[in-house]
Amino acid sequence: MKTQHAVEQFLYRQAELLDSKQWQAWIDLFAADGIYWMPPEPSHKTWEGMPAIFAEDRNLMDVRMKRVLHPDAWSQRPLWETNHVVSNVIVEKELRNGDVEVRSRFHMMELRRDDVRHFAGSYRHHLKKTRDGYRIKLQRVDMTNAQAAYDYVLQVWV
Amino acid sequence: MLQERIPDLSKCVEPDRVRREVYTDPEIFELEMRRIHEQVWIYCGHESQVPNPGDYYSVQVGRQPMLMVRGADGTISVLYNRCPHRGNMMCGDRHGNAGEFFRCSYHAWTFQHDGRLRSIPMMESGYAGTRYGRDNPDCSMKRAARVESYRGFVFASLAKAGPTLAEFLGASRVAFDDMCDRAPAGEVAIVPNCFRVIQHSNWKIFLENQLDALHPSVVHQSTGRAAHEVEKQIEKRTGRAPLSYHMLSAFATVTIDKWDNFQTLNYPYGHCILTGYMGLRPKDPDTLAYEKVMQKAYGKKRTEEILAVNIHHVLIYPGLSVQSPLQQLRAVRPLGVDRTLTEIWHFRLKGAPEPIYRRSLAYYNLVNSPATLINADDLENFWKCHQGLASDGGDWVSFGRHYGRDIEKDGRVETAANCGTSEAPMRNQMKAWAQYMQA
Repeated sequence: MKTQHAVEQFLYRQAELLDSKQWQAWIDLFAADGIYWMPPEPSHKTWEGMPAIFAEDRNLMDVRMKRVLHPDAWSQRPLWETNHVVSNVIVEKELRNGDVEVRSRFHMMELRRDDVRHFAGSYRHHLKKTRDGYRIKLQRVDMTNAQAAYDYVLQVWV
Repeated sequence: MLQERIPDLSKCVEPDRVRREVYTDPEIFELEMRRIHEQVWIYCGHESQVPNPGDYYSVQVGRQPMLMVRGADGTISVLYNRCPHRGNMMCGDRHGNAGEFFRCSYHAWTFQHDGRLRSIPMMESGYAGTRYGRDNPDCSMKRAARVESYRGFVFASLAKAGPTLAEFLGASRVAFDDMCDRAPAGEVAIVPNCFRVIQHSNWKIFLENQLDALHPSVVHQSTGRAAHEVEKQIEKRTGRAPLSYHMLSAFATVTIDKWDNFQTLNYPYGHCILTGYMGLRPKDPDTLAYEKVMQKAYGKKRTEEILAVNIHHVLIYPGLSVQSPLQQLRAVRPLGVDRTLTEIWHFRLKGAPEPIYRRSLAYYNLVNSPATLINADDLENFWKCHQGLASDGGDWVSFGRHYGRDIEKDGRVETAANCGTSEAPMRNQMKAWAQYMQA
């Protein structure tokens, strides 16, 4: 029960950081060797050497953040906001050292200019237990929309 | 009616400018589909997309839903995705395997992979004495008028007459030669993943952007700067940053004036080439290992020739954009006057070491995926461009940059030295457009 609660709080906090555009704090949830990965289809087993929508280590996350914050990131000029809801949190595995594997589901609504887009899918987090709380070793995002044609593109992490 | 509003389409195109209706008028769009996309050679796919008999891929040619399919004898056909019986679409998914034959999901008419009618349920009792049956070609799936391929890249034309594929491609076939020649085995294999992105703008706006050498340092500054900063940090920490950072930082480090050093080459039928190479031949161990494999396959002299091909981008009008040194290909499928789908693929150089593939993959993921660090800003501009053109704020789109400095030579139009940011490619595309539309 304690783990379940701690993991849920962690996932909610991660979603909150995205929706409030606190990019650096969001990146800091990842371990030094952490990876954020969105495969283009559910059958993919690894991010390495494979086509991926996102496959970012902290260096690439840093590029994305710096770009988004640049005043001439034209695609960022129009109004845009997101709202994540994370639920169905299942702790799949808990190791003796406290590391956990977690499955959850998300819905994300995005407003861009005057249009609303809707994304949904599942997260799989590999969380490392540290003295400062959990850090993400790997976050896999299987977005149900991933295989459909994209009306416009994704700009930040989902 | 278009005829009443715009009696003479040729007046819409002047050598250095174009009327805005060319981009925004729905009737002009319909006419474009009929006179351009449903006439000329349109890229359908790569042979390695359909390796086995019965494999098919759906593809849109102009407004026509088509199927590219591999037959039992290995030949590739391109068929209208339509059952001749009641008009049902034959395959409702994007790709799959038909098995030994196509079978319509409505009344079970079956067809060979080349479209010929194979059977109809209770054919004898149901159709004896009628005009329907195997002898009537109208009872078979209709085939594209012409199908040809070049080095594994399959094209279809829905018009019976016209130039052959080789004549049509002309010098632009370097897109495929450059890609395949860089493979030690002389051919490429498609990586079975297609990123599809819809743009809310006219298809020509995308094509005109592809060889627009002035835009990168304006539009992609944010990513170029960000990548450059992180690249320097990594270099400081580890001595060397991965090449993928260089591919991104080049958008900022190649400053606006340097783009004039490149050159555009413009050909009949609207095809164009932008030279320049983004520094993709470094002297790192991976590249040197690859060069050794190449020399073993081709010999030293030929390897040098192949690796010296200096291309940034090839545009095969009206719907294909190829970055051959990085094995990237984008097919443009117009969906409507203000909606355009791009299908984005990349390829593996057969026989090349894995690290060389990883370069192509890095570019594919970072630049061409739906989470692109580059194209997002292009798409924003395309949308704004289309919005502006739909307004009454002006009648013309100008393509006047370096106009009057084009050099006609050997059947092509070159830009003069230090005119890399010339709008010659747009002029060339619109010249071809006007010729097609007059027919």
